[in-house]
Amino acid sequence: MKAVFARTPSLKDQPTHYCPGCGHGIAHRLVAEVIDELDIRGRTIGIAPVGCSVLAYDYLDVDMVEVAHGRAPAVATGMKRTNPDKIIFSYQGDGDLAAIGTGEIIHAAHRGEQITVIFINNAVFGMTGGQMAPTTIPGQVTATTPVGREVVGQGYPLQVSELLAVLPGAVYVERCSVHNPARILRAKKAIKHGFELQLNGTHGLSLIEVLSPCPTYWRMTPAKAMEWVETEMTKVFPLGCLKDV
Amino acid sequence: MYDTKHEIRNTRYQLRKTNYEEVIIAGFGGQGIILAGKLLAQTAMTAGREVTYMPAYGAEVRGGTANCAVVIADEPIASPLVSRPNSLIAMNKASLNKFGGRVKPGGLLVFNSSLIDEKNLDSLDETIDILPVPADEFAVELGNQKASNMVALGAYLQKTGLFSADAAAQALPDVLARRYHKTLPVNTKALHRGAKFAKTTDSIQL
Amino acid sequence: MREKGDTSNGVSERTLRCGNEALAEAAVLAGLDAYFGYPITPQNEVTAYMSKRMPEQGRVFIQSESELAAINMVFGASATGKRAMTSSSSPGISLMQEGMSYLAGAELPAVVVNVMRGGPGLGNIAPSQGDYFQATRGGGHGDYRTIVLGPSTVQELADCMPLAFDLADKYRMTVVVLADGILGQMMEPVVLQEKPRPELPPKDWALTGAQGREQNIVRSLWLKEGALEEHNYKLQAKYRQVQETEVRCEDYKIDDADIIVIAYGVAARIVRSAVNRARQEGVKAGLIRPITLWPFPHEQISRAAEEFRIFLTVEMSCGQMVEDVKLAVAGKVPVLFYGRPGGGIPTVDDVLENIRQLTLPLKRLVP
Ligand SMILES: Cc1ncc(C[n+]2csc(CCOP(=O)(O)OP(=O)(O)O)c2C)c(N)n1
Ligand code: SF4
Repeated sequence: MKAVFARTPSLKDQPTHYCPGCGHGIAHRLVAEVIDELDIRGRTIGIAPVGCSVLAYDYLDVDMVEVAHGRAPAVATGMKRTNPDKIIFSYQGDGDLAAIGTGEIIHAAHRGEQITVIFINNAVFGMTGGQMAPTTIPGQVTATTPVGREVVGQGYPLQVSELLAVLPGAVYVERCSVHNPARILRAKKAIKHGFELQLNGTHGLSLIEVLSPCPTYWRMTPAKAMEWVETEMTKVFPLGCLKDV
Repeated sequence: MYDTKHEIRNTRYQLRKTNYEEVIIAGFGGQGIILAGKLLAQTAMTAGREVTYMPAYGAEVRGGTANCAVVIADEPIASPLVSRPNSLIAMNKASLNKFGGRVKPGGLLVFNSSLIDEKNLDSLDETIDILPVPADEFAVELGNQKASNMVALGAYLQKTGLFSADAAAQALPDVLARRYHKTLPVNTKALHRGAKFAKTTDSIQL
Repeated sequence: MREKGDTSNGVSERTLRCGNEALAEAAVLAGLDAYFGYPITPQNEVTAYMSKRMPEQGRVFIQSESELAAINMVFGASATGKRAMTSSSSPGISLMQEGMSYLAGAELPAVVVNVMRGGPGLGNIAPSQGDYFQATRGGGHGDYRTIVLGPSTVQELADCMPLAFDLADKYRMTVVVLADGILGQMMEPVVLQEKPRPELPPKDWALTGAQGREQNIVRSLWLKEGALEEHNYKLQAKYRQVQETEVRCEDYKIDDADIIVIAYGVAARIVRSAVNRARQEGVKAGLIRPITLWPFPHEQISRAAEEFRIFLTVEMSCGQMVEDVKLAVAGKVPVLFYGRPGGGIPTVDDVLENIRQLTLPLKRLVP
């Protein structure tokens, strides 16, 4: 058995800039481990979003590109279509994917692009200071919902995974979480499955949504934030596989 | 670049004459750095001076550090950004390391000696006036450690002769969010404690 | 820092506010009906402030899903005759260029605030003046103009807001308020005051429901032969009128100046101090500060160039406004440039040193 904290080669040995208790670090590790387990580092290209994980290329030791806010699925399309033998993944937050980039993700799925999308849902815009995201849950106080998100006028949390699962071009959609060890294992399995589908040439897009704590802008301790994922977020965003064809 | 050595040595006196004070206040998040900066700015505004306040902003502040710059003058202020301050209020070691070397010769350093060891001062310019203030200790004595920012600010005000601790205390309700107004008395005491300390303590010369 | 929005009876005292909040409150006081925006640093305080203040007033606040959406929400509100605005920073403003072209084509009033940051691309979040070209030349397609205001203090930024709405309504144009990260973030004493609205043309073009009148159409498509050409001439005539009547510019100690520095926004504050220091050293320096960047103060600058003197343009960019200065000067005198891009801020010392170096030959000429 591997030592518990052995660092996988595709993860750089470098402290991250993430806040204590942030889910991005865990998600990065899972992506890196999967890439190494599948031994695809040499043919993988990653796409970093605009958001707290914009510097993902400083931590993931694979070829990576930084793109405009929300446009990762379009960039991924350009990459995959011209390089069908490469494994292309995007890593996007909920502002990046579910707000400004909604058009791109829907159409990439609609076209059945053979890409793997890691979608980090932390219910806020972290990088810009904790504003409402489309995924902010009702009543949640953020920098732009001072009295809590009101569904009338500010909308219900956008369930992107459910939306995408409807499209024939999306072959695999699963919502996971990283709030406890069992869930982390499950998330890793899902990420691996997403990459495998791309590897074995399954035609279509795979998306793994990861519920991820943002203790800083939820204004909670890391422990409390993990708990909040379980008690509050999963109510609005039920965990599980939405589609696997 | 063009200042002669002599002019540089007398910077502080020139400052008093031209009244162009540039101060950086720095520490870690939660030490009330922003509040101290806003209070200084508010006090200056109430006194009818020209003033700007500029916080460090964006992702820069997420690493747990906080700093801001205040400029106080009698003429329109050029830039609110301060690269070489006349004065530095350093509330923790990291901020002393970051900004200490930027203080202008002949400038003033007020530092939180509760958290910063004096051996950290070795690399500073020898013409700087240095005042160690046991800010956390005084604040704890007064019953609220969070008031250490006010202790340091009080000491700074006294040392520079800019404004009285009273003037700052009067401006406090304007910058303190209403839900914290119950801390007005302890913050006021802290300002005075810092000022009293500075009045009775000689600064260090390296 | 009094309780936010404490502006009972429309007059307020000097308060300490950051530029972002000051411009937001000034817009509210100017009768803003609807704010639409998407978060981006360094203007997030505008969005946050509006999320609280606008609903308080029973007015509209929407955090849009993108800047593309925000500018089109402005388009929609404006088409019905409402006062609408959006704010963003450089990357977001780039996304709005399409909408701004449509606003121009449809002749709709709108106010867009750009709190500029370093570019190109994602760049950084530091203050910059790198969007001058985009703002004054128009990043969108077609032969159009937007009025561009370049304030240099928090007070002036606040004062720009009612002016921007009035100009937008008067000319049915987009007015861009071009600030930067420093102006947005810095706090300065400011007086926020409700200003009386000047007499403005009625918005009889607005879409309000064709009740008892003929149908109104807001559009930018002109297919009939010659129709678009004619529409463009009409726009140009309007732009010419703006150029003739709306130029705003400040000069400082230029009458006897041997060297005139041209700068706008935050850079002009720095230059002003450098000019004062130069004068203390006996160097006759002056400052011309365009406040409207479009219409650009061509005439004022051209007049100043009638006598031989050196012109120096200072910007927080690699040199954009300097091209307008050169156009205005038309080769009559030398125009030099000093600037720093990507979040670099020229210091008073830097500018002073430039002034010294450039005036050195003059000293030799005139013993
Ligand atoms: C065109 C454009 N608009 C806005 C921004 C500012 N911005 C940067 S990241 C971000 C949202 C980040 O939220 P999310 O995608 O949820 O990622 P997180 O930071 O929470 O991980 C925004 C609005 C930008 N960089 N570009
Ligand atoms: S702000 Fe939130 S999402 Fe961003 S690094 Fe911190 S915890 Fe993570």
